[in-house]
Amino acid sequence: MNLILVTFIILLAFTSYYFGRKKALVIQSSQRLTALPKFYGYYLAAWCAAPALIIFALWSVFEPSIVKTFILQDYTDQNLTKNELQLIYTKVKALAAGTYTGNITNFLDESANKYIQLKGIANSAKVAIILAILILSLSFAYRSVQKNDRMREPVEIFLKWVLFVASLGAVLVTIGIVFSLLFEAIRFFQAVKIFDFIFGTHWYPAKTFVRDGQPDPELMKDAFGAVPLFAGTFFIAFIAMCVAIPIGLLSGIYLSEYAGRGVRKYAKPIIEILAGIPTVVYGFFAALTVGPFVKEIGNAMGLEVSAESALAAGAVMGVMIIPFISSLSDDVITAVPQNLRDGSYAMGATKSETVKKVIFPAALPGIVGSILLAVSRAVGETMIVVMASGLAANLTMNPLESTSTITAQIVVILIGDQQFGDPKTQSAFALGISLFIVTLFLNVIALSVVKKYREKYE
Amino acid sequence: MFQIFSKGYSAFQKTWIVTEVHYDKELLLIDAESPSKDDLENADYYDVAYKAMTSLDPGLPEEEDRQLIQMVSYKYETEVKDLLLKNPDFLGKIVPIKLTASDDVDQVHKGNYPRDIPEKNRRVNDYQLQIYDMLNERGDILSEFNISFFTSPDSREAELAGIASSFMGTVFSILVCLAFSFPIAVLAAIYLEEFAPKNKFTDFIEVNINNLAAVPSIVFGLLGLGVLLAVFNLPRSTPLVGGITLSLMTLPTIIIAARASLKAVPPSIREAALAMGASNMQTTMHHTVPLSMPGTLSGTIIGLAQALGETAPLILIGMVAFVNTIPGTPVDPAASLPVQIYIWSESAERGFVEKVSACIMVLLAFLILMNLAAQIVRHKFEKKWS
Repeated sequence: MNLILVTFIILLAFTSYYFGRKKALVIQSSQRLTALPKFYGYYLAAWCAAPALIIFALWSVFEPSIVKTFILQDYTDQNLTKNELQLIYTKVKALAAGTYTGNITNFLDESANKYIQLKGIANSAKVAIILAILILSLSFAYRSVQKNDRMREPVEIFLKWVLFVASLGAVLVTIGIVFSLLFEAIRFFQAVKIFDFIFGTHWYPAKTFVRDGQPDPELMKDAFGAVPLFAGTFFIAFIAMCVAIPIGLLSGIYLSEYAGRGVRKYAKPIIEILAGIPTVVYGFFAALTVGPFVKEIGNAMGLEVSAESALAAGAVMGVMIIPFISSLSDDVITAVPQNLRDGSYAMGATKSETVKKVIFPAALPGIVGSILLAVSRAVGETMIVVMASGLAANLTMNPLESTSTITAQIVVILIGDQQFGDPKTQSAFALGISLFIVTLFLNVIALSVVKKYREKYE
Repeated sequence: MFQIFSKGYSAFQKTWIVTEVHYDKELLLIDAESPSKDDLENADYYDVAYKAMTSLDPGLPEEEDRQLIQMVSYKYETEVKDLLLKNPDFLGKIVPIKLTASDDVDQVHKGNYPRDIPEKNRRVNDYQLQIYDMLNERGDILSEFNISFFTSPDSREAELAGIASSFMGTVFSILVCLAFSFPIAVLAAIYLEEFAPKNKFTDFIEVNINNLAAVPSIVFGLLGLGVLLAVFNLPRSTPLVGGITLSLMTLPTIIIAARASLKAVPPSIREAALAMGASNMQTTMHHTVPLSMPGTLSGTIIGLAQALGETAPLILIGMVAFVNTIPGTPVDPAASLPVQIYIWSESAERGFVEKVSACIMVLLAFLILMNLAAQIVRHKFEKKWS
């Protein structure tokens, strides 16, 4: 139904484009046109499609909730909680669709009939309203075409608005992230004190699973302490940085200062492809090869090593980040102006002295910025940790034991079927928002450092 | 990397066990003199298939028969049936048949399975190994190119599992992602680069986009879960939701690339168009945007390649569900290639290790192709302004 309506609107818009252009050619025979003929077509098409589609979108968004209030009006006298009402509504919908398999009470049956009826009314009302709007807006547009009004300006203003709305898309995504995370996280913090979450040292959400009824508040207090996760996240990120910074930085310096044209020509695309390898591949590599390898070496040295050690996950994550740091620092070093180098050579400095004493300090702010970006990537990295590091949250500083991270726990909690309204599910959103805040903080600092640095040399 | 290739190439080979099957009418429980297609369809193949396997070693006591049956995949009955349905004239005859070997035999044949560990710890016992050796000497173990890896959906049994369902899932979600992110991103980039007034609000949008590009992918997964699934009630586990989630991620990448390439169009082009009397909008749409397209497109391809390898957000919106059908539309449940890698790598069976490697090879091949395409687009079509 909806699909037919939208196709109809779009087809009508196309025909009105051709109609408008034809009309312009007719007008041309008697008076001077105000714009190119195709603008007459665009004008009609825009007036045809835009109002109808906007109304259609608004209608589709609000229709379900309006129908829902109508249905649930019958239940207001029964003193039900929000969740129970939601359950009833789901049942009614399932019954109306013919997929409900439970015992059907009279009351439910009645509601389902009412639901079908309401849906029918809403559908026919939608079609009628949209047809009316189509006729109204088209006749309005056609009148101004007949009067030979100015055509180009309105079309261009309309286009500009379309562009503007598209650029709002990115903002909408951010707002969506913040609200969806906040909404669930706030409900989580109603069940678990925020203090217990930030400073608690035991993370064991499975403990709160109770088949019926509410979990024990005492248990809740002790199950959602996120300190082990924060510690694990930064610990693994730290190991990754220990691997990635030296190698990435050195290769960046080599590529920008020492490498010849030939090397650069081939090395750059290869590094780009390396940076594009999916993290799940690294994760597989870490779990299958590096993990057992670290364990074997550790055992040979007489150490107790878990097969899912933080060291293995961190090291592989570091390898993943090397191309990232390397290409960022390469860009930063290349951006150092040539006259700094020339000046240094003119003073008799050797190449390595120039790199160490002139170029590196000059590029330092940019390098710091790129390292911060890399840290934020390491913190947000998921698959490697899920596959190669442990899933039990230990509070430990021993790289040979297994630890867990924020991202890994989010995946563990949300894999499979989730129930909204369960504190365990909500805790994933609370973790998500803390992750978002941490990475946002790192990104903002990094981006402003890099930006300042760029402005300095431009 | 080397390890993945050395382990993965063998997944493109499939091991068959050749035996003989006797399509005995009595055992098939077919009464009619000249059975129709329906009769063949409804016949009982259990005994025929069973006999085909047990005939390999007639001397075996009946209680031990399971050991032989375990050497082929659990679908062997269907395979016996399909052969007869394809060649109805085999009825009543004894014909050779190829049966898919179980993943344990498969691994033994490929040499991935150590034979010298004690029998207790082995999934293939001494007796089965003995039969295997006998068959191998007779040349009745075949190794052929594994077509079913590409044409069959996921399965719990390693020897039958294929990537068709996850491959289609990936294709659909990338298409959805492209359909959502490309138009919005290009329009947004045009606005920000060509029309936006310099004020606080557009500055905010700009900072916003730059930050969005660095938000961890799993947060987008939470967004998809919390908004697309919980609020809009879109169907779970489908490429549609996956594609929309991925498009939110690629949006900033494409915007940044498109803006950079718009910026690279020299002002002289704009000035020339304006001098000829074109309006601002005409200048942009007729000259600046077409000239910036190569850069935008290569940025889009790179963004899509990133989305192709993304796993975590898809796991959160439920694309890890076990899917054993091949999806035909974007609203059918499906997995995607990287998620398939994750699912298989969590499975304990040895046969899945090489499947994972093979799946990674397919995925990497795609990524390299896309990256190459991006570079070709960039070098072939981009004009050098001097």
